Amino acid sequence: MAGSYGSTLRYKNVERIKSIGKHTLLGASGEVSDFQEILRYLDELIIYDDMWDDGNSLGPKEVHNYLTRVMYNRRNKFDPLFNSLVVGGVKNGQKYLGMVGMIGTHYEDNHVATGFGNHLARPLMRAEWHEDMSFEEAVKLLEKCLLVLLYRDRSAINKFQIAKITEVGVTISEPYALKTFWGFLAFQNPTKGAEGSW
Amino acid sequence: MALRGDWVYENNGGTCVAIAGSDYCVVAADTRLSVGYSIHTRDYSKICNLCDLLFPADKCVLASSGFQGDMKALQKNLAAKHLVSVHLLHIYQHQHNKQMSCPAMARLLSNTLYYKRFFPYYTFNILGGLDNEGKGCVYTYDAVGSYERVGYSCQGTGGALIMPVLDNQLKSPSPLLLPARDAVTPLSESEAVDLVKDVFASATERDIYTVRFPIFFFFQFLAFCESDIFPTQQHAYSSRVLNDPNEYDPLIGFRLSYRIMHK
Repeated sequence: MAGSYGSTLRYKNVERIKSIGKHTLLGASGEVSDFQEILRYLDELIIYDDMWDDGNSLGPKEVHNYLTRVMYNRRNKFDPLFNSLVVGGVKNGQKYLGMVGMIGTHYEDNHVATGFGNHLARPLMRAEWHEDMSFEEAVKLLEKCLLVLLYRDRSAINKFQIAKITEVGVTISEPYALKTFWGFLAFQNPTKGAEGSW
Repeated sequence: MALRGDWVYENNGGTCVAIAGSDYCVVAADTRLSVGYSIHTRDYSKICNLCDLLFPADKCVLASSGFQGDMKALQKNLAAKHLVSVHLLHIYQHQHNKQMSCPAMARLLSNTLYYKRFFPYYTFNILGGLDNEGKGCVYTYDAVGSYERVGYSCQGTGGALIMPVLDNQLKSPSPLLLPARDAVTPLSESEAVDLVKDVFASATERDIYTVRFPIFFFFQFLAFCESDIFPTQQHAYSSRVLNDPNEYDPLIGFRLSYRIMHK
């Protein structure tokens, strides 16, 4: 939940997961103010859609597609929104998970990550993800990923939220900390295994 | 434009191959989406079927590699133009009694790319399908819309690895020969598909941006036939190899499973 200003930990309580409409969760990394602007766009989008009052609502797929166009459009104006976004949700029994980058690159997959997560978390998820994971298994896997990221990403802090979205609704957890163990041999003696290094 | 930063583009890699025969065309593209040393996803189709529900038997597909954002924008742009062209097509059809052809789509793609000459789509495209005579045709492009009809082509990060193999195996007659000779390959369609599988297998070994299981599109000319709606339209078979590792046999390689769609 950290928001950095260079290498200063400027904000320590930034909520990067927000719910969008009834069926969608949005997670963001990157510029905090740009993310807030994106949330304003989405608020407008959802409100205008609701005002039709026709019983239809935007699902995760629609929100994701909208965001891909917004991100790509802003890069075309050479005024990008400096974020990587993760969009997930469930609607009509269809689960959805997608991601959008700063310049509009987007894709869907069974697991996604932004930033350092692409390097450190996705290999773990590729190894352990399976189709019929329970919620508890998924949380366990995510916490394992977050712990690795906490150990290796110096701008991460030990304060996380995990959100769940189902057909029933959205729950975003209160901030909580993971139990850490810094006594690993490689932490105490980082140059072990790299002879000649100082 | 000189101030343009390099951040506006990204190379997401990928390889496309297409081979035209006398009565068929094979178009294939891998499914990996990467950036640098990271892989975004291993299941992203780079092939766009330029048909929509109104015209299920379109005669061409577009395979693109390069920057994924631009790929998608280009596909959407063409689809939108195609929607507009649907109206034009109706006029065209009523006036000329035939459907818009692959060569026409090829020119549309060229113009679309050139329209953005000074802020190009960073995409490398191949358009494959059947021409008005029912012959296989392949159009190959650069990012700013230069294009040429050829007998076979490849584009993307694995393109430089694959092209000489195709040159060697397909021995296309020199375009300098007069009178001009047909550039289509003498291979049978199953030989062509085998060749595509082989070049992908090899490109995968040396190019980190190419993944082994390509998606295939396959056009086969059957016969000119008449119907009320499209009086002189030929029917096309198309099929694809599904991106399913179960279909992959380590000894024989891919077993081609045809999902035949007959219009």
